[in-house]
Amino acid sequence: MQKMIVEPSPHIRSSVTTRSIMLDVIIALCPALIAAVVLFGVRALLLTLICCACCVLFEWLFCIITKKSRTTSDRSAIVTGMLLAFNLPVDIPIYMAVIGCFVAIVIVKMLFGGIGQNFANPAVTARIVLMLSFSSAMTTWTAPFAYQGAAADAVTSATPLTAPPEQMPQLVDMLFGVRLGCTGETCVIALLIGGVYLVVRKIISPVTPCAFIGTVAVLSLVANGGDPTAMLYSVMSGGLMLGAIFMATDYSTTPLTSMGKLVFGIGCGVLTFAIREFASLPEGVSYAILLMNILTPYIDKITVPRAFGAKREAKK
Amino acid sequence: MFKLFGLHSIRLPHYDASAEQGTRKLKPPSVAVISMSQHIGAPCEPLVQAGDYVKVGEKIGDSEAFMSAPVHSSISGFVKEIKEVVALNGRMCKTVVIESDNRMQLSSEIKPPVVNSREDFIKAVRESGAVGLGGAGFPTHVKLAYDPQKVNIDTLIVNGAECEPYITSDFRELIENADAVLRGIKLIMKNLEIPRAIIGIEEDKPEAIEKLQKLTAPIPAIKVVKLPMAYPQGAEKVLVHTLTGRTVKEGGLPSDVGCVVINVSTAGFIHSYIRTGMPLIKRRITVDGNIVNAPTNFMVSVGTLLHDVVAGASLYKDPDKIILGGPMMGACAFDPDTPLSKTNNAVLLFSDTPIYKESPCIRCGRCVRACPMNLMPTELEHAYDARDAAALKKYKIGLCMNCGSCSYVCPAKRSLAEKNQLAKDFLRNEEAKAAAKPAAKSEKTDDKSEKADTKPTAKADKAGAKPAAKKSAKKGKRGGTNAKNDR
Repeated sequence: MQKMIVEPSPHIRSSVTTRSIMLDVIIALCPALIAAVVLFGVRALLLTLICCACCVLFEWLFCIITKKSRTTSDRSAIVTGMLLAFNLPVDIPIYMAVIGCFVAIVIVKMLFGGIGQNFANPAVTARIVLMLSFSSAMTTWTAPFAYQGAAADAVTSATPLTAPPEQMPQLVDMLFGVRLGCTGETCVIALLIGGVYLVVRKIISPVTPCAFIGTVAVLSLVANGGDPTAMLYSVMSGGLMLGAIFMATDYSTTPLTSMGKLVFGIGCGVLTFAIREFASLPEGVSYAILLMNILTPYIDKITVPRAFGAKREAKK
Repeated sequence: MFKLFGLHSIRLPHYDASAEQGTRKLKPPSVAVISMSQHIGAPCEPLVQAGDYVKVGEKIGDSEAFMSAPVHSSISGFVKEIKEVVALNGRMCKTVVIESDNRMQLSSEIKPPVVNSREDFIKAVRESGAVGLGGAGFPTHVKLAYDPQKVNIDTLIVNGAECEPYITSDFRELIENADAVLRGIKLIMKNLEIPRAIIGIEEDKPEAIEKLQKLTAPIPAIKVVKLPMAYPQGAEKVLVHTLTGRTVKEGGLPSDVGCVVINVSTAGFIHSYIRTGMPLIKRRITVDGNIVNAPTNFMVSVGTLLHDVVAGASLYKDPDKIILGGPMMGACAFDPDTPLSKTNNAVLLFSDTPIYKESPCIRCGRCVRACPMNLMPTELEHAYDARDAAALKKYKIGLCMNCGSCSYVCPAKRSLAEKNQLAKDFLRNEEAKAAAKPAAKSEKTDDKSEKADTKPTAKADKAGAKPAAKKSAKKGKRGGTNAKNDR
């Protein structure tokens, strides 16, 4: 007989791999990408491709320089690149986007040990860094369909969150993303399609997005005296959908258990609402996610599920 | 928290190509190598010596220990030698090597046992060498020998879940031997005065469910329940929970919640032993795998060498991996001369098995959602990597039953189940060390306090013991550490 393989059980493994999960996330981001190209032109595609390429390149170079085994094949850098591009205004200077990629991949992800080890969401943190460094470029929006020469070009700062009431877009336009905003965050319907795909494929748990969006909805309903239109505006504006579906569900930086995800989602919702309502910032989704990222280890600690048949710990 | 949805489980791919084929007989081996350790518990001591002549069914190994079951010869012939070999679990165990004389002479010991009382029955079950045939190999008589004054058993649970892929030996038992299984169940119920029995069969075996339902229709005390197809449905604690809703507590046994769990094949065997007196020397095993032309079940003598089984199966390629047991919990054979034991329910032969490469944990939480015990395998892995005994205890490593679900679902292909096994071993060693240490330490501090007449040390204070005499200090220390652990 030939040489035998001896290994511990189990001897069969599921077909789901890190690579396949990342591919599913990329697929789920595609509707939003298509919507972005329709709304903001080919430049949106270009920006996304550049971000993806830079993220993969930075990770590859980092692995080579630090003599680590190469991890670029897991496709996670592509996801980071897409998410970062979606979080930038479409006409942002390319060099700024490249800096964002560097921050996301090298500083936030790889320096903390690479995939699964980073405590902060790379795309969110990179967006915040760019926001603080290049505030005007990061808040200079291009109107939808401007590439067709339909409307005036760049408008500075007037997302629905800060616009005076007469300039507010219609609710239907909000749903389809015909409003000012970052490249991939405007089209609510495309983001929802992606979210449903991820839930159906069991890539993400619906708990976090539901808790996040639900909390914002309830709080704004209360703050606006039960006005459902205002509630819908606050739910569909800014980066809430993109953040709740794709960034608050990032594996590495959010809690493990359903209970933890619930706490995380509610926390994100409360913080987002508080920042929007009381802070001098126009948008709070990224800060909310980042702050909750930092709390994740603690949430994990207090939401350890009770093991089946485990004896209750005696009270101290 | 989410108990409403039942325990966590996973879905496994389905392979049961061997289910449709009737059980074939594998001819008795020319050499039988019979291990003295074929069950959980104390191994037997050989009762024979090299050169002795043994007959079929003759007792060749037994033990004084309660947690043990005797071992019998499966062929007739001369004992060639008694040698120590490395068992699948890595421990050394004694084996009796018997060379067959090809006459298969029956031992005169074989006669139906006289059963007039509960004690007679339990003794008979012990003498039969019966162990759990589902794979774990818990001596059956130990399960039955509870004290009826102290424990009130109201349910006999008969395990026909057979939740691992490939294995169909229990299914074949239900199809070919349903009558004996039922009689075995009735025997146990009658002798132990258990009022009801539930036979749990997974829903992917409709044929078996139908057959048993038909047979049990006139018996109201025996119920057949269709189990959902979920792994690990056949695990004792999971099965008890599914069928009765009762939770076996940490470190407890099903008898704590009024249940005795036995496998269908074990029930069938108990009936055949009470009727004929022939001890457990044969069992049904499934032979399957990706290189087997005709997957089927074989009736195999205990002690048959693995290569005899491989030779009996029709293969189109040489195997590069042989699994004894199922693909989720079975162990790899490292030697084609490994003998089969009472607990082997399958021999799976594979070639070109995929090699999985581990990548970093991405914290997806799939292992947490898969664990039937509601543990957090990824946290356990971190705790073990850090050799953190306290964290291992906090995350309840002791509850892991090595079902393999966490490793199965892990997208990073991490060997979580393996780590858990290592962690359990590590924790056991640490606890043994911890139990030994305080004693040694307290002796030292005692010496000091006697010599220098210093105050009792802070540690001793914490333990709540006054180090007056050496012995009492030792005791106090131990008590102290235990109290700490309990907290």
